Amino acid sequence: MGIDFSLIWILIIFFGVMMYVVMDGFDLGIGILFPFASDRHDRDVMMNTVAPVWDGNETWLVLGGAGLLAAFPLVYSVVLSALYLPLIFMLLGLILRGVAFEFRFKAPDHERHFWDKAFIVGSISAAFFQGVALGAYIEGIPVVNRAFAGGAFDWFAPFPLFAGLGVVVTYAVLGSTWLILKTEGALQAAMIRLTGPLLWAMIAFIVAVSIWTPLAHPGIAARWFSWPNMLWFAPVPLLVVFCAVQLLRSLRGEPHAAPFIYVLGLVFLGYTGLAISVWPMIIPPDITIWQAAAPPQSQGFALVGALFIVPFILMYTAWSYYVFRGKVRPGDGYH
Amino acid sequence: MFGLTALELARAQFAFTVSFHILFPAITIGLAAYLVVLEGLWLRTRQTLYRDLYHFWSKVFALNFGMGVVSGLVMSYQFGTNWSFFSDFAGGVTGPLLAYEVLTAFFLEAGFLGVMLFGWNRVGPGLHFFSTLMVSIGTLISTTWILSSNSWMQTPAGFEIIDGRAVPMDWLAVIFNPSFPYRLLHMTVAAFLATALFVAASAAWQLLRGRDNPAIRKMLSMAMWMLVVVAPIQAVIGDFHGLNTLKHQPTKIAAMEGHWENHPGEGVPLVVFAWPDEEREENRFAIEIPRLGSLILTHSWDGQFPGLKEFPREDRPPVAVVFWSFRIMVGLGVLMILLGAWSLLLRRGDALYRSRLFLRATLWMGPTGLIAILAGWFTTEVGRQPWVVYGLQRTADAVSNHGALPLAISLALFVIVYFVVFGVGIAYMLRLVRKGPEMHEGDTGLVGGPGHDRQQMRPISAATDDDLNTAAARS
Repeated sequence: MGIDFSLIWILIIFFGVMMYVVMDGFDLGIGILFPFASDRHDRDVMMNTVAPVWDGNETWLVLGGAGLLAAFPLVYSVVLSALYLPLIFMLLGLILRGVAFEFRFKAPDHERHFWDKAFIVGSISAAFFQGVALGAYIEGIPVVNRAFAGGAFDWFAPFPLFAGLGVVVTYAVLGSTWLILKTEGALQAAMIRLTGPLLWAMIAFIVAVSIWTPLAHPGIAARWFSWPNMLWFAPVPLLVVFCAVQLLRSLRGEPHAAPFIYVLGLVFLGYTGLAISVWPMIIPPDITIWQAAAPPQSQGFALVGALFIVPFILMYTAWSYYVFRGKVRPGDGYH
Repeated sequence: MFGLTALELARAQFAFTVSFHILFPAITIGLAAYLVVLEGLWLRTRQTLYRDLYHFWSKVFALNFGMGVVSGLVMSYQFGTNWSFFSDFAGGVTGPLLAYEVLTAFFLEAGFLGVMLFGWNRVGPGLHFFSTLMVSIGTLISTTWILSSNSWMQTPAGFEIIDGRAVPMDWLAVIFNPSFPYRLLHMTVAAFLATALFVAASAAWQLLRGRDNPAIRKMLSMAMWMLVVVAPIQAVIGDFHGLNTLKHQPTKIAAMEGHWENHPGEGVPLVVFAWPDEEREENRFAIEIPRLGSLILTHSWDGQFPGLKEFPREDRPPVAVVFWSFRIMVGLGVLMILLGAWSLLLRRGDALYRSRLFLRATLWMGPTGLIAILAGWFTTEVGRQPWVVYGLQRTADAVSNHGALPLAISLALFVIVYFVVFGVGIAYMLRLVRKGPEMHEGDTGLVGGPGHDRQQMRPISAATDDDLNTAAARS
């Protein structure tokens, strides 16, 4: 047996989407938290913490899409069609959010509030519909003759909508802890106060999804609660507890980077948990990564590029974050 | 919606979103290269005028880039949401090309954009120049991959059909498919032309209103040199591109020329004006120049090339759209060459900056680069119909099987959001342009760029607007 291109590709896409969730997660989280900071200068600072990097963060989402098209075109065509409306709403949200970065600072004073609202609405709807898409995906996508065989509004169901809220809360926690890292003074204190309740809400969603999905899907129950799987996967919930406890403790005193790092841990664990539930399906409940694979000529060619180039991307992305390191202050504006 | 089928709605949505999108990358490609030149000149000559122009145009660039990014994100998902059978059929070929675009271009642009726009005082001049350069190279790499992918859909090569799907057999043949080099050159040069016309028009606007400084003169002069050199080159590239299309997509050429049939022993005329009537299979109200069509496309007096009637009706593109959009593009191209030539005549003394007639013409020519790009893309994309991948997959077989309702919802939302968001965005861009470059703009670093508090700007915005209004009232 040669190299399993499909396996390597699914790891790359897994990594790319996780990078997106984490990095655009805190960008979107800032938009979600905007209503909690009504002061204009606070809002300026919040936006300035991500203004130089948000575009790169969003690019990971494009990589996820392009990677799917290259390595698993069937998934790209079926899943994107199945989730048509939620994805369109997500894209529209990302448009509003993205242009707000530019427009807000170039708008005349009396129009700025409009782009503040666009930033809020865009961020919330992008996050919410990403969650809806995720929930609908986990619920399963019926496929007949290599095409989506469900209805246009299948996603309008309790679990996807619930997942939508879960993602909004998760991104809000990413955003608030990012701001703890990047700001100081009253704004930072406000974010520290917000993070506690938000974190509890996030934990509630994690627990609810962990109960809901095995109850609704016997396959997922078998994956987690059969022996010896239970033993192998036990670290996932245990680490979730550890991260949550550490995070709550770090909020006392003078937190800096710690809350953000523990939230990264939580997001990674939750994301990994979902992957464990779904594996090896790539279009749940029936189609595996190997059944959906592109021809090896396609996977192999794109893989060479991905393995060679992604390390460089990570290097210059890290450099860019390094250039803009440190706390952002009011009126800082990156001179 | 309006009795349209799901297929028509999906096509309308794609045409709408891609037409809006292409305007931004075209300006991004041109401005990024322009900014590299400006920053390079600043570092080399240390003339503050270049730095001032750099800061001025980088603000416009930032706005434009943001709109390009968000409208492009829609494109990268739309192949799956709306054209799933195309993605399933051709994803093995176009997918890796798109993946390479993301890996080699999008990340490069986004990674260095932050430093380019916000890092003027955070990194050294060399590193900053390097960042600008990387952003510009990123835009060109992006152009290369996406045009390779598009060209493959026009002139597919290097593949085999296995189990009803296109499987790449020879990647070099896929990437360097027959129409790719011509299309790549044609589009890149078009982006430079469109940007030069845009820059020139903004300078002309200032000069017409009596605002005159060395920076404004410099940008008009640079843009006009660009036009002089590049507009004629574009005509030559276009000619080669046309010959290539004749070889590989004869139906498209026949539609572009409004050429229905050949008469034995006669050359093909050039149809200057006509209304192509697809029902009657002839041109109405035609004004023709004998043999010129033959001369252009076969480089001989009585050469012939296939007419539309030689192809079954169901394999012909919509003739009138292709015929007319092609004429709009060519007509505007001719005007660009003439404007360039005119600017040469005015080079002696400072007539270039004072001839009101010339400045007005330059102002009106401002958007023509973008209009020509749209017209060109309509020619080539509508000319590819009824195929999505020429000769391999029909557009009707490529569309996702959505009902009309979700498509009507999405199309309506796209239309509303695009007109509001990009309408306002373009208005903000024009506002910036209207302010014009200030001398010594760069003295305090990049002021008022994205992520900046407008409060920190020197209060030039309001004041300048007032000045402009009084100046306009006086003139």
